[in-house]
Amino acid sequence: MAEQPGRAGLDARDETLGQESVQGASVRAAVMQSFAVDRLDWRTAFLVPGLAIFSALVIGGLILMATGSSFSDVLSAYRALFMGAFGSWRAISETLVAATPLILAGLAVALAFRAGLFNIGGEGQILIGGLFAVILGFSISGVPAPLHITLALLGGVLGGAIWGAIPGYLKAKTGAHEVITTIMLNFIALRLLDYLLLRSFIQREGRNDPVSESILPSAQLPRFLTPVDPSLRVHIGIFIAIAIAALTQWLLFRTKLGFEMRAVGANPVAAKYAGINVGRSYVITMAIAGGMAGVAGALQILGVLGRATPGFSARLGFDGIAVALLGRSNPYGVVLAALLFGALRAGGQEMQATANVGIDIIAVIQALIIIFVAAPALIRAIYRVKASSAQAPISKGWSG
Amino acid sequence: MTRLELRGITKRFPGVIANQDISLKAEPGQVLALVGENGAGKTTLMNILYGLYQPDDGQILLDDKPVKFKGPGDAIAAGIGMVHQHFMLVPVFTVYENVILGVEPTGAAGVIKTKVARDEVIEISNRYGLAVDPDALVEDLPVGIRQRVEIIKVLLRGAQVLVFDEPTSVLTPQEVEEFFVIVKELRDAGKTIIFITHKLKEAISFSNQIVVLRGGQVVGSADPKTVSEEEVAAMMVGREVDLVVDKEVARVGEVKLRVRNLMVVDDYGRPLVDGVTFDLKGGEIVGVAGVQGNGQTELVEVITGLRQPAKGQVELLGVDVTFKSARERHALGMAHVPEDRQDMGMVGAFSVMENLILDSYYSPTFAGAITLKRQPIAKNAVDLVEQFDIRPPMPAVAASTLSGGNQQKMIVAREFSRDVPVIVCSQPTRGVDVGSIEYIHAQIVAKRDQGAAVLVVSTELDEVIALSDRILVMFQGRVVAERVTSETSPTELGLYMAGRTN
Repeated sequence: MAEQPGRAGLDARDETLGQESVQGASVRAAVMQSFAVDRLDWRTAFLVPGLAIFSALVIGGLILMATGSSFSDVLSAYRALFMGAFGSWRAISETLVAATPLILAGLAVALAFRAGLFNIGGEGQILIGGLFAVILGFSISGVPAPLHITLALLGGVLGGAIWGAIPGYLKAKTGAHEVITTIMLNFIALRLLDYLLLRSFIQREGRNDPVSESILPSAQLPRFLTPVDPSLRVHIGIFIAIAIAALTQWLLFRTKLGFEMRAVGANPVAAKYAGINVGRSYVITMAIAGGMAGVAGALQILGVLGRATPGFSARLGFDGIAVALLGRSNPYGVVLAALLFGALRAGGQEMQATANVGIDIIAVIQALIIIFVAAPALIRAIYRVKASSAQAPISKGWSG
Repeated sequence: MTRLELRGITKRFPGVIANQDISLKAEPGQVLALVGENGAGKTTLMNILYGLYQPDDGQILLDDKPVKFKGPGDAIAAGIGMVHQHFMLVPVFTVYENVILGVEPTGAAGVIKTKVARDEVIEISNRYGLAVDPDALVEDLPVGIRQRVEIIKVLLRGAQVLVFDEPTSVLTPQEVEEFFVIVKELRDAGKTIIFITHKLKEAISFSNQIVVLRGGQVVGSADPKTVSEEEVAAMMVGREVDLVVDKEVARVGEVKLRVRNLMVVDDYGRPLVDGVTFDLKGGEIVGVAGVQGNGQTELVEVITGLRQPAKGQVELLGVDVTFKSARERHALGMAHVPEDRQDMGMVGAFSVMENLILDSYYSPTFAGAITLKRQPIAKNAVDLVEQFDIRPPMPAVAASTLSGGNQQKMIVAREFSRDVPVIVCSQPTRGVDVGSIEYIHAQIVAKRDQGAAVLVVSTELDEVIALSDRILVMFQGRVVAERVTSETSPTELGLYMAGRTN
């Protein structure tokens, strides 16, 4: 009964071959399943979001019909929506352009969420990241493009990381709730940008309105579909964003730091008892999340806008919250959700132009999707989908 | 007349039969103890009785008439009252507001008749000896009094059958005594009481009949006047159980943990731990006895590095660790089984495998400079799950899906598998089934026999006596007595726990 426990099993070389192979098999099985407690089954990953999208489109259609459109109007509007998102090189390019910053803004929320933090501050982190990138983008000259781009991107990371680390530090040291502090830092970032855009070292020469100098050509992100059509805007930022998503997955599930973050996120008390420095984890998490949002800002500046204007973040930080929710805080889920939102945004432009349906309906549809995803029980009840056993919560309220 | 009868109740869930052909009877004025290990089907049965589940087979009879409950509303209307383990009270409401919640006596336009409501509450609490201030805020009340509020709630709703789910698990020993006085009061008033428990002593002391469940079936019933704890335990577990911890004479070695004049104060400067001094030597188990809330929690937090003392010193293996972190002490050679496994000891959303490395994930065995080593982590889990008999033997399942006993075994496996000289165990078997208690106790003794210094903190005096070579009694933050176990008695220790001073 009082069997000797110990980690003797760690050194299994002296075991007999038979035991070794049996045990080896179970160890392998354990490795395969283990870290995949988080692995999404197809039902959670696609079925519920898919049905949520479908339901949102149906209700969006009903709203259009209730306000004077005919059924065929709705169909043609949705056809325009689809074609505008995927129907041509231009459509695909625009979808990807819109999706790129959304991936990073979504990751900034998702990573923090995994670590028990609700990062509402994407907006401010994007602005500060973009600000750093634009300054580096126009002020460094005479360096080769790859170096210049790298420097400007790192500037974006640094700016966002600083802006993210502040609420992390405040929470760790004083217990100030990150929801409050990140929202306030959004306002500060927004107005700080307005102010700085009128300072002589940033404001474009000869302008009275708040607009920054334009970045130098060497800092512009290459557009890789220009051989197809020189006007296609999609830039290499999409690959950077997807690579960062993969890196985030790796960070969360394969590294010591990710283990700490997830432990703190799932049970901060137990994490503390296990000797993890919870406050440090909050600071690091928020710095990384802010850094990712900062990259989103930098990519917008270096890939699309070319200069900073007041509020250039255009609510990307808030859309990132929706993307993280839809993606269930899973890095690859975030990529898919961002692509969907990018498609809606690109398709919405086309819908407005050709089907004469206001792009505002797209915002309605996006919001409906989120409502359905945030309330999966609703979708399950409508379509009688069975709940999967390993249901990860996608929101847990305001508890810090 | 039989007040309550269950006939052949069967309830199946996908893959398991939670209740199989369960029959039992309870008369007015009877106290029936329903005992069984975690997962034996007690809670399912009570949920059926309360209308939360519908049985697949079988019948419920009240006063010899068959009844069907579609939900708790039907059960309450039929006179069944349930007091849950976790109370269902609104903390910011007063006692009487909580009691009338949902059945408010109202006048015109739905205005609550406050006076009528208060009077009703006062009447019930007087009739059954449930002393409670009707105007106190629930959040200000100690746990024992909150339980009374729950009892008044079910009585106000006309309950004839009262079901208590683990009623004493959150109470102090004094509150437990008071609780059973109330139970007697209710019994004498002709109520039928069913209480679910796995504390055999309580079942034997306070019931008229004991019904034992195992694997979803009734495996026996016993007369508490004639049955022994061992016999009931054997019925629960299905084999002979050794409730006495077997251990040889301690071979005491040198001091491993030295605690000197430790002071802990709360935010207002009041002492929580007040000048505690003791030595813990290799090869011995020292027990800390005391009623919950007498400074044991804070003492453990300071020893393990989770809290800073106001004064005093902690020395681990000759090193002053008073201001070192939990991680540093862990690395130096201290293991800690925390008092609350779900909140402090494990991450429910993590797999068993991840929980088994929760405090050593960073060690060179399990991680490189940045990444985790998946192979050794998995191997560690497979080994420990087998060695410590954690069920189900699947390292990949989320820890939250394990039973309480297996969760505790998982934590014990994690802490005991390292070769550490000092082990601190808080409430090592709280809420754990009999089979696991036996196992965990044996592991603790095994560690001591290997030369580890073990500190066991428990509010269960029986557990402290069974395990310890030496016992410290804490009262109001002070160690008020130190005794060699063989030279003391539960009575003597109980007096010190209640505050007697030398």
